[in-house]
Amino acid sequence: MALDKEYLEYPNRSYGMDHSRYDWSMLSERPKINWPGAAKLALWVNVGLQFFPLNQQGNPFVVPGGMTMPYPDLRHFTLRDYGNRVGIYRFLQAFDRYNIKATFAFNTELAERVPYLLQRINERGDEILCHGWNMDSLHYGGLDREEEAELVERSLSRLRELSGQDVRGWISPARNESEHTPELLAGNGVRYFCDWVNDDMPYRFHTDSGELIAMPLSNELEDRFVLMNNLHSEQSWLEQVCDACDCLLGEAEQQGGRILGLNIHPWMLGQPHRIGKLEQALEYIGSREGVWSAGASEIVQAWQAQVN
Amino acid sequence: MKAEPGFYDYWPYENRPKIEWPNGARVAFWVAPNIEFYELDPPANPHRQAWPQPYPALPGYSIRDYGNRVGHVRQMEVLDRYGVRGSISLSTALCDHHPEIIAMCAERDWEFFSHGIYNTRYTYGMSEQQERDMIRDSMESIQRHSGQHCAGYLAPALSHSELTLDLFAEVGSELAGDEAGFYTCDLFHDDQPTPIHLRSGKKFASIPYSLEMNDTIAYVVNKIEPRRYGQILRDNFDRLYQEGARSGTVMCIPTHNYQVSCPHRLRAFEEALEYITGHSDVWVTTGAEIARHFIDNCYQQSLADINARSGGH
Repeated sequence: MALDKEYLEYPNRSYGMDHSRYDWSMLSERPKINWPGAAKLALWVNVGLQFFPLNQQGNPFVVPGGMTMPYPDLRHFTLRDYGNRVGIYRFLQAFDRYNIKATFAFNTELAERVPYLLQRINERGDEILCHGWNMDSLHYGGLDREEEAELVERSLSRLRELSGQDVRGWISPARNESEHTPELLAGNGVRYFCDWVNDDMPYRFHTDSGELIAMPLSNELEDRFVLMNNLHSEQSWLEQVCDACDCLLGEAEQQGGRILGLNIHPWMLGQPHRIGKLEQALEYIGSREGVWSAGASEIVQAWQAQVN
Repeated sequence: MKAEPGFYDYWPYENRPKIEWPNGARVAFWVAPNIEFYELDPPANPHRQAWPQPYPALPGYSIRDYGNRVGHVRQMEVLDRYGVRGSISLSTALCDHHPEIIAMCAERDWEFFSHGIYNTRYTYGMSEQQERDMIRDSMESIQRHSGQHCAGYLAPALSHSELTLDLFAEVGSELAGDEAGFYTCDLFHDDQPTPIHLRSGKKFASIPYSLEMNDTIAYVVNKIEPRRYGQILRDNFDRLYQEGARSGTVMCIPTHNYQVSCPHRLRAFEEALEYITGHSDVWVTTGAEIARHFIDNCYQQSLADINARSGGH
């Protein structure tokens, strides 16, 4: 019994990362970033607006929140749809009440299907980013490059056309990628993307088609992850958000500006028994000194102006 | 395959000879930060898949990278605040990839012990010689980069063979005699150190490392809420502290810089550390120091008691 010889060979065992996507860099060693108005913490609330097809293919996997029952899985289809019909309007009210500037990550197919909602977001002057075509159109290792190129191009160009915004941000469905996704995004005018969860600040990400900026958007603090994956209580989600806010604010005192990225979904926190916890979280964060609520592109811009 | 591993004999917790920790401490308390390197594209192992998705499996890879980019320093500052020297369970390739982290830990006189080379290279399927080579490489890396003899082992990703402990102890003897390769964190059968049977007969101890207090087990497997994790740590300590009045106990918090150091979890960890280190009669120490003390002062009495109570096996 033995493994192939290559199992005990380590060709990438040298300084830095084991790939060339970005440079190795410890957050604590980087120059300090200052946010506008001497703020310490940029609050980035990102709302995922998603379409989960009833005729889900699940190729190569079923996304979290996807259909789990035999066709037609009406319970999950309609529960997700609830977010786009009802929950989102509770969100908008909460944002207005607590002066939160949010960004909205649309599955392009949803933007096609619900022009009212798209227009409503547009009229608020809020930023829209692209969340891929729909929750069943995945980017994954092994996806044909041409097929993916068409998917990325269609998702972005159609959303730009529908929204009238230039759409420079991207989050892949399920935050999954193929090995070509970053090149395709950069080649289609994307400036920042949010799939990699390895930092609390933006950093430069290399692609063969130019540079992307990787924006930090915690997966561990996401409503779906905490409530649906971990089965934590609503109260615990609130505590976790408040603790994260305090931790990052404290760190910002020593090390310079930080970002609190909250990725939330109206089908989850938009429920009547949960919306109050979102409101309490926004109220708490808003009550802390030195918090700057901003859209993703504003944060990217402020960061980029200081690192160039 | 065996029905039981045979590393130790049955040894009832009640009425054991007293373990005396330095300065009359009741609990030997140690924190074991796992500092790991996971590869984005590791070679396939026939017995265990490294990532759930095909390359690039960025969800799992990127959160672990977060630990090294962001989490390490955050955790280190908390440990500094409470006077805790970490005992690092190290993916030793990290000495090459991220020497800055190694330097920070060495400066603080933290202990480095082997957790294999990469946490994406499993022991499963290795020949005895291959596993021996992997272990030797990891122990030599620690010695080369930190000057320390590697005292302890936690198999990479907890992947073992029947010979893992023997090989680790033997390679330790080849490199530095009794100064290297004398304890393991791989076994979870006790709250006190235990003598381990090895084919070489070397004096070797199992040191409690606690899977239950391990943040990854708590957060990922058991999906525990952060503040409850903090409460569990305190409850675990309270009982071991109470029982430690009769005979010294060991409490370990195994951590991962991509778990405890997330902004929404750090507070729970810090409050538990503040609570534990706020007690008198706690020996805040390292894995190697616990193992050394046990082997030098308690090993013979333990063996004699085990022999007397297990019918001379």
